[in-house]
Amino acid sequence: MRIEIRFAGFGGQGIIKSGIITATAACIYSGKNAVQTQSYGPESRGGACKSEVVISEEEIDFPKVIEPEILVVMSQHAYNEYAENVKTGGIIILDPEMVPHEKELKNVRVFKVPATKIAEELGRKIVANIAMLGAFVAITGVLDKEAVKESIKVNVPKGTEELNLKAFERGYEYGKNLLKS
Amino acid sequence: METVMAHPFAKYLREAMMPHIWCSGCGNGIILNCFVQAVDELQMDLNKLVVVSGIGCIGRAAGYVNTNSFHTTHGRPIAFATGIKLANPELEVVIISGDGDLFAIGGNHFIHAARRNIGIKVICANNFNYGMTGGQQGPTTPVEALTTTTPYGNIEHPFNLVHLAAASGATYVARWTTLHVRRLTQSIKKLLQKEGFGFIEVVSPCPEIFGRYNKMRTGLEMMEWFRKVSAIENFSDPAKAEITPERIVVGEFVDIAKISYEKLIHEKIAEINEKKMQW
Amino acid sequence: MNQKRVILEGSHFMNGDIACAEGAIAAGCRFFAGYPITPATEIAEHLAQRMLEVGGIYVQMEDEIASMAAVIGASYAGLKAMTATSGPGFSLMQENIGLAVMTEAPCVIVDVMRGGPSTGQPTLPGQQDVMQAKWGSHGDYEIIALAPSSVQEMFNLTIEAFNLSETYRVPAIVLADEVVGHMWEKVAIPPAQKIKIVNRKKANAPSEAYAPFMPDDDLVPPMACFGEGYSFHATGLTHDEHGYPQTSSSEVQQKLVKRLCDKIRKNADKIVRVEEVLLSDADIVVVAYGIVARAALSAVRKARAEGIKAGLLRPITLWPFPENHVAKIAQQTKAIVVPEMNCGQLVREVERAAKETPVTFLSKLGEEPHTPMEIFEAIRRNS
Repeated sequence: MRIEIRFAGFGGQGIIKSGIITATAACIYSGKNAVQTQSYGPESRGGACKSEVVISEEEIDFPKVIEPEILVVMSQHAYNEYAENVKTGGIIILDPEMVPHEKELKNVRVFKVPATKIAEELGRKIVANIAMLGAFVAITGVLDKEAVKESIKVNVPKGTEELNLKAFERGYEYGKNLLKS
Repeated sequence: METVMAHPFAKYLREAMMPHIWCSGCGNGIILNCFVQAVDELQMDLNKLVVVSGIGCIGRAAGYVNTNSFHTTHGRPIAFATGIKLANPELEVVIISGDGDLFAIGGNHFIHAARRNIGIKVICANNFNYGMTGGQQGPTTPVEALTTTTPYGNIEHPFNLVHLAAASGATYVARWTTLHVRRLTQSIKKLLQKEGFGFIEVVSPCPEIFGRYNKMRTGLEMMEWFRKVSAIENFSDPAKAEITPERIVVGEFVDIAKISYEKLIHEKIAEINEKKMQW
Repeated sequence: MNQKRVILEGSHFMNGDIACAEGAIAAGCRFFAGYPITPATEIAEHLAQRMLEVGGIYVQMEDEIASMAAVIGASYAGLKAMTATSGPGFSLMQENIGLAVMTEAPCVIVDVMRGGPSTGQPTLPGQQDVMQAKWGSHGDYEIIALAPSSVQEMFNLTIEAFNLSETYRVPAIVLADEVVGHMWEKVAIPPAQKIKIVNRKKANAPSEAYAPFMPDDDLVPPMACFGEGYSFHATGLTHDEHGYPQTSSSEVQQKLVKRLCDKIRKNADKIVRVEEVLLSDADIVVVAYGIVARAALSAVRKARAEGIKAGLLRPITLWPFPENHVAKIAQQTKAIVVPEMNCGQLVREVERAAKETPVTFLSKLGEEPHTPMEIFEAIRRNS
């Protein structure tokens, strides 16, 4: 089955990296097929940014996301742009600190994960994307937790693996608790 | 019976390419002669020598010398030569080209090759105009000179090539006229033995084209001008060596030692591979 | 024990630009000259690190004109050489691509196409350089251009480009697009000894007898490089077999230019590559290349699922254009749909080859390539 996931925010938040970690986990550590595509403005930092992943057991023909089942969103601008494009019955995971204004949406489940706050508690705001990723894995169950951890290890800068894995676990726990409540 | 001896430099020239295209009174033959003399005196391995030129009258020199040679697109011989030198640093790569080719259309390549200190050698024939296309104004045309595109006198300021070369980082910079045959030959010998980017400007007569519009209709008249106004001032300030009708400062301006780009990159490669061995 | 420092092998998750760079290294490329430009910069960045690790040269030149000139110089000095760029830089390279054609310098140019004209949309995909790849430099010539549609093909076709370039002594262009360049997918890299590598035919005549532009029966002259003991001349001027300029001989001009074209035209059957999907019974055929072919494949499958006999013909070589393949399917099918991310380029070739069979063109400009649905709708309307 083809699953489409969109990560969105602004440049510098690690949005592209989130997509790459997810896709690597799927195709290198889970034996599935995966493609990551991206789009961003001419500026490499600060502008609007999205990173999309298609995961499938079969060969992937069209590599771009058309109507995602899952939106992971970390800026108000990106939320405004993409919130209504989520498939019926789909999931939005957002950081309420970054997305203070929500729309009335029907037929999607919304999960609020204070990833920036979690990251700040760990002392490094930069790992907010990884905390978000943890929550995404817990909430959606699209990927095996261990596969994603392996993928994080090879995709983050040397020396930051521990911090990133910690952020991932915190986000994962937060996501698990959201599911229970 | 009379014995016809071959010219001592015959082996350096491609007979099949003769006759050459240059006008009578042109200085290009003198420059080529000095170059060949220098190569002969240094006993250079012709197989390791590559002569590269761009477009223009002197650009044909690459085809006339019996070595590896490449006649590139207009303005690009330095960029082309950079590829050759980096790909095979054992080759001695010499560019013989004109002022328009090297400093107008190709000016950007000149300053960057000098800045990088690529070990290529540039000999520039400066004839003050575009000769091959019939005498248009160029980057070295003197102020007020008449050319086919400055019929009311040139209002642009010419480049001072030796100053440009020195400021861009060349390790060897000299200027001669085609009158200074022996000094030019010795200077080329020095150039060919330098590490890094070296440059010689040769002020060269173009009586048929430039001279005819500027009251010097024969090679002799132009050479007479060089004789009258040129002054040898070795290691004087290149910034003050602007060419004017009254004064042509010649001599060596820069002669310094600086490690070449190709040496640096091959040192880096060796360093990386050494580290690899240690793992 | 850093794995990256040897030639890559096995399965890797990487983007198209990096796969292209690794393909170049696997092909034996040991010289890269370039200038940063979106969306091809990652090729340069990756090779800045990797070239030196494999003992090759990376040099950042002052512009794309210089990059192309340096690549030809390096090729003549005996290395396999490449540059990578996008639209604006590709325009600047055109004059020296002509020089590479004229002096028969094997070399590879990667153009990761973005939206144009001019500065256009640097971070967005386009397929607007297809005709420029063929006709961009002045004068008549034939060239080779390959269009990858996956990250794996960025690796494979870069190797193929080197092999074809070395075989025919002609510049070969990898005509990618921003999506393929930036997209991440799995790439399987076989062991080095299993990768087919072609090297240029070396000169073997004694040096006195060597004529640098005297072709063999395949119309390709064996190549000596500088420093190998052959003193020879090469020029962008029209030249005879000895490399000597012949600027007023119509005979030499005809012979040379015709051979430069014929060495590709007469070998086109050996060069051309296409992918054919579900063509045998197709009533309607989509002709698409690059990233658009992925949307087309999805659309064709959807059409089949709904009972429409659709098929896909994907030119992998855009130049030489696979006109025999198009002519053949045009005779069997009722209609052809050509989606492109431009205002109509390869469709002109398709129309020429398809003769009476109706061809529908589907243009797309801007952010995204065609969606499968857009192509499916065109299939449905024309079936």
